[in-house]
Amino acid sequence: MKWSAFFTSSVGKKLVMAFTGLFLISFLIVHAGINACIWADLVDDSDNGEMFNKAAHFMGSSYVIRIMEIGLFIGILAHIVQGYMLELQNRARRKQGYQVAMGSKGSAWYRKSMGLLGTLILLFLIIHINNFWVPSRITYASTLGEVTYNNGAPIHDLYTRMLVVFSEPWEVILYIAACFSLAWHLLHGFQSSFRTIGVYNKKYVAMAKGAGVAFSIIISVVFALMPISIYFGWVNNN
Amino acid sequence: MLNSKIPAGQLDLKWTDYKGHCKLVNPANKRKLEVIIVGTGLAGASAAASLGELGYKVKAFCFQDSPRRAHSIAAQGGINAAKNYQNDGDSVFRLFYDTIKGGDYRAREANVHRLAEVSANIIDQCVAQGVPLAREYGGLLSNRSFGGTQVQRTFYAAGQTGQQLLIGAYQALERQVALGNVTMYTRHEMLDVVLIKDKDKAGNEVGEAKARGIVVRNLITGELERHFGHAVLLCSGGYGNVFYLSTNAMGSNVTAAWKAHRKGAYFGNPCYTQIHPTCIPVSGDHQSKLTLMSESLRNDGRIWVPKKQNDNRKPSEIPEEERDYYLERRYPAFGNLVPRDVASRAAKERCDAGYGVGSSKQAVYLDYANAIERYGKIECGKLGIDHPSAEVIRKHGLDVVKEKYGNLFDMYEKITGENPYEVPMRIYPAVHYTMGGLWVDYELMTTVPGLYALGEANFSDHGANRLGASALMQGLADGYFVIPYTIGNYLADEISTKAISLDHPEFVKSEKEVRDRIEKLMGIKGSQSVESFHKRLGKIMWDKCGMARNAQGLQEAITEIQQLKKEFWSDVRIPGGVGEMNPELDKANRVADFIELGELMCKDALNRRESCGGHFREESQTEEGEAKRDDSQFQYASAWEFKGESDWQLHKEELIFELAKPTQRNYK
Amino acid sequence: MEHYNMNLTLKVWRQKSSKEQGRFETYQVSDISSEMSFLEMIDVLNERLIKEGKDPIAFDHDCREGICGACSMYINGRPHGPWHANTTCQLHMRAYKDGDTIVVEPWRANSFPVIKDLVVDRTAFDRIVQAGGYISVNTGNAVDANAMLIEKDKADAAFAAAACIGCGACVAACKNSSAMLFLSAKVSHLALLPQGEPERKSRVLNMVQQMDKEGFGSCTFTEACEAVCPKEISVTNISRLNKEYIIAGLTEDK
Repeated sequence: MKWSAFFTSSVGKKLVMAFTGLFLISFLIVHAGINACIWADLVDDSDNGEMFNKAAHFMGSSYVIRIMEIGLFIGILAHIVQGYMLELQNRARRKQGYQVAMGSKGSAWYRKSMGLLGTLILLFLIIHINNFWVPSRITYASTLGEVTYNNGAPIHDLYTRMLVVFSEPWEVILYIAACFSLAWHLLHGFQSSFRTIGVYNKKYVAMAKGAGVAFSIIISVVFALMPISIYFGWVNNN
Repeated sequence: MLNSKIPAGQLDLKWTDYKGHCKLVNPANKRKLEVIIVGTGLAGASAAASLGELGYKVKAFCFQDSPRRAHSIAAQGGINAAKNYQNDGDSVFRLFYDTIKGGDYRAREANVHRLAEVSANIIDQCVAQGVPLAREYGGLLSNRSFGGTQVQRTFYAAGQTGQQLLIGAYQALERQVALGNVTMYTRHEMLDVVLIKDKDKAGNEVGEAKARGIVVRNLITGELERHFGHAVLLCSGGYGNVFYLSTNAMGSNVTAAWKAHRKGAYFGNPCYTQIHPTCIPVSGDHQSKLTLMSESLRNDGRIWVPKKQNDNRKPSEIPEEERDYYLERRYPAFGNLVPRDVASRAAKERCDAGYGVGSSKQAVYLDYANAIERYGKIECGKLGIDHPSAEVIRKHGLDVVKEKYGNLFDMYEKITGENPYEVPMRIYPAVHYTMGGLWVDYELMTTVPGLYALGEANFSDHGANRLGASALMQGLADGYFVIPYTIGNYLADEISTKAISLDHPEFVKSEKEVRDRIEKLMGIKGSQSVESFHKRLGKIMWDKCGMARNAQGLQEAITEIQQLKKEFWSDVRIPGGVGEMNPELDKANRVADFIELGELMCKDALNRRESCGGHFREESQTEEGEAKRDDSQFQYASAWEFKGESDWQLHKEELIFELAKPTQRNYK
Repeated sequence: MEHYNMNLTLKVWRQKSSKEQGRFETYQVSDISSEMSFLEMIDVLNERLIKEGKDPIAFDHDCREGICGACSMYINGRPHGPWHANTTCQLHMRAYKDGDTIVVEPWRANSFPVIKDLVVDRTAFDRIVQAGGYISVNTGNAVDANAMLIEKDKADAAFAAAACIGCGACVAACKNSSAMLFLSAKVSHLALLPQGEPERKSRVLNMVQQMDKEGFGSCTFTEACEAVCPKEISVTNISRLNKEYIIAGLTEDK
């Protein structure tokens, strides 16, 4: 079987979704881990975002990681493009719809709404990237100051940028809403990707389901707590 | 005269001998020979697959939307085979003997022996195809016991044996479709068989007319089509729907067989109908079909009625001493496991005498309370629970019963709305299977050359009563292991016959007859629906040609059916048009044939003034009310020749029993 | 069980043929017994339509005991109606009460075109089986049935998958009109048994290819199919199918 045929069959397309999905899940862990550095301030009052800024700098300065970043963008892009293509193709399989929709009979709403949830996440991503990634990597806009630690070279002060962004109530609400979308997207996507790549054994399916629920909730709560903890001043710049 | 073509020689060597000497067709010639198969149940699908594998060009037809939906799929219990895996003394001879005896000595010995011989091959074949038959923990096949036998020879797949076997045959069939050996025509109904005489070199017609094709109606477009075949196989099932209410599928019909009958194929033993004792009773006039509860339920359930007539108490309110376990009372040796015909008649006797239960009073109880307690105690013993309470026993017993019969109990609950784990099930006999069918010889050929009948559509193997788990065996035996040999014996002489043009006058004539009849039906534009005629026919048949028959009733029935036929042809209303999908028209075609068949069944029943198997003549019974056979006068198979409307001539095939000497059946 | 009578409003999809446009017709039916099956209720309506000189509603049905898989009605937004693990023919009217409105539609999927009213064309399923849903063994080749030992658990799992009746409710319920539950049931049935081993790889690849050709959608594991399956076929089979597909696709050397 040719590779092109392997990945373009109805099963193959789903494999692309599952593999890229799992890859993005692994990225979420890294992302959440680095962002969690802002809470260093909670235990060490003199941190003032130092740990976070250093970590962020590391992520932006290493060539290895910059190359991985390209991989990440390809992954995101593949997930989005394939996702939309599948959604459109699948919708077109039933030209004449039902008068009475099945609704949630037999299947929870979010499991049938991956396209919608994904779109919400995509819209959020555009704003999010514009908030942080673009100034840091491309424009170096004036809003992004620099900071120097231990007489080293000056690095981007993304921490302060966060404090500025999350002082806006609408940004906080947007981020929290995005976390809900992410939670539901993951709630289905996490276990579904494992089953798509052929995990059928009852034991492991149960594991994937359990881990999926835990992961979706934990990762979304962690992300949501960042804007919240900044907005309410739990961490700050003093 | 009737020639059953039974090979000479010792009974157990006949089939071996036949196979060794029958004519063969070489592979190059097989490619040129076309075979038409009507019906894709176990017999049809297995025949189509096997003949396709051999290299014949096969065309298979079914009226359903897929060959997988043929009614063989509904068989629940199992399939018999003389494997003797249980080491309990089974053998080919035992299976042969049980089948002959179970059929009340009205089947042909040679056919039944062949059936028993190939039974073991069927299981091998099905397992090789991937049919998931039930297994033991050691990985070997499991067996269960069934009514009328003393050995465990029934193979099964939960309560869906027929489904699994049919899917196996269906897959084999679809494989041949993929390979191009079989062309499948779904949603097509056969409406006539075309008979054509051979021509000699000078162009003169010679010999008997042979089956050379069929005319079918495309059920989607309504178009009539002609199809040529060097031979035609009818695997179209039984005709139980003549009773309107039966366990058959709604579409099961006699039309293909009946058309063949009208064209010269004799009809064998039409009056032999199997009434199955354990079905869910009728709930009202709206009832469209009856549902069988597997015979295996009688293994553990106890059947009873109240001792008091017209007892309206709930079953739970009737104390043990006021219950009449009538089967155990009348037949202490076999108890609840007497053969189907005996159990059915006993239920009818109690209900007729006023002991019936339920709102209709046409039902008896099938009670599992006892079995639940018994299994519960065994289970508690296994688990080492000392002095268990009644509740604990019941809980464990319920688990066992649920595992064994869960799907049947669920089905009962869906239909009746009652929970059979709590209250006894109500059951009543219902028409289930027809032992009669087109008369065939040893080669499964009807009296029309080149026209074969397989499976339930023929009359050959079950005599006057079929044992449980034997129908699946016969259908598959005919299709997988008999027809591939016997058809070669015929087609070997047909290799020089070229495909006959579909414009042959006989094809044209046949199609015209079908078209005229359809137009006639559509042109009646009367006031009564097809369904209402079918219901009335069913009532006549059930009342007068059902579980018990007598001369007066049968004569009345014949008159009533003739009357009904007149009314049908002058007052039936069929909506819609001809050139479109029209289920009402299809039904009308079928019911018209059922009406004619009903008359023949009554005629046959009237002629057979003895009781045997499923045919109980009230005039012929012992003092205790048991069936009394009359071997001196009726040890023959009836074969009816169609002469004209309401006119048949009886031919008799004497039955000779070399090994299984007839005795009166006794289950007391 | 106490029985009662009811009056109902039925909205049924009527379509004369595949070429013509369809629409909903509304019918009032009265004195329907709670003991009737759903199809018997339609029978009653059809008898009346015939009396009135109208065309009765065409629908697929045959065994009426839940095993042939012919019946196929999408009732009030659910294939085979409201009961769990049930076919339309086994649905009984005690599921409804007096005054209810019931909307009946055919299976909807491009791959299941409407033939007439509620009758759809499901021959795509047969073609998927033709692509490899069998074990290539000619009649007469078989060895003794007990020559091959099969683990009971595997035999039971194969049976559970083989219980599929091919009704198409999975496709009708799926938002993607995917036939993966049907396909995976067949692939699992044969992949679980040692008899299916020799054709294991080509089977899954060919059957998936045929399914795609027929125009069914992809599986996104919404599990709606499992929820409506009359035979409770598990979506676990779909995961097993995917595993079979991956292994076959990666290792088959063609």
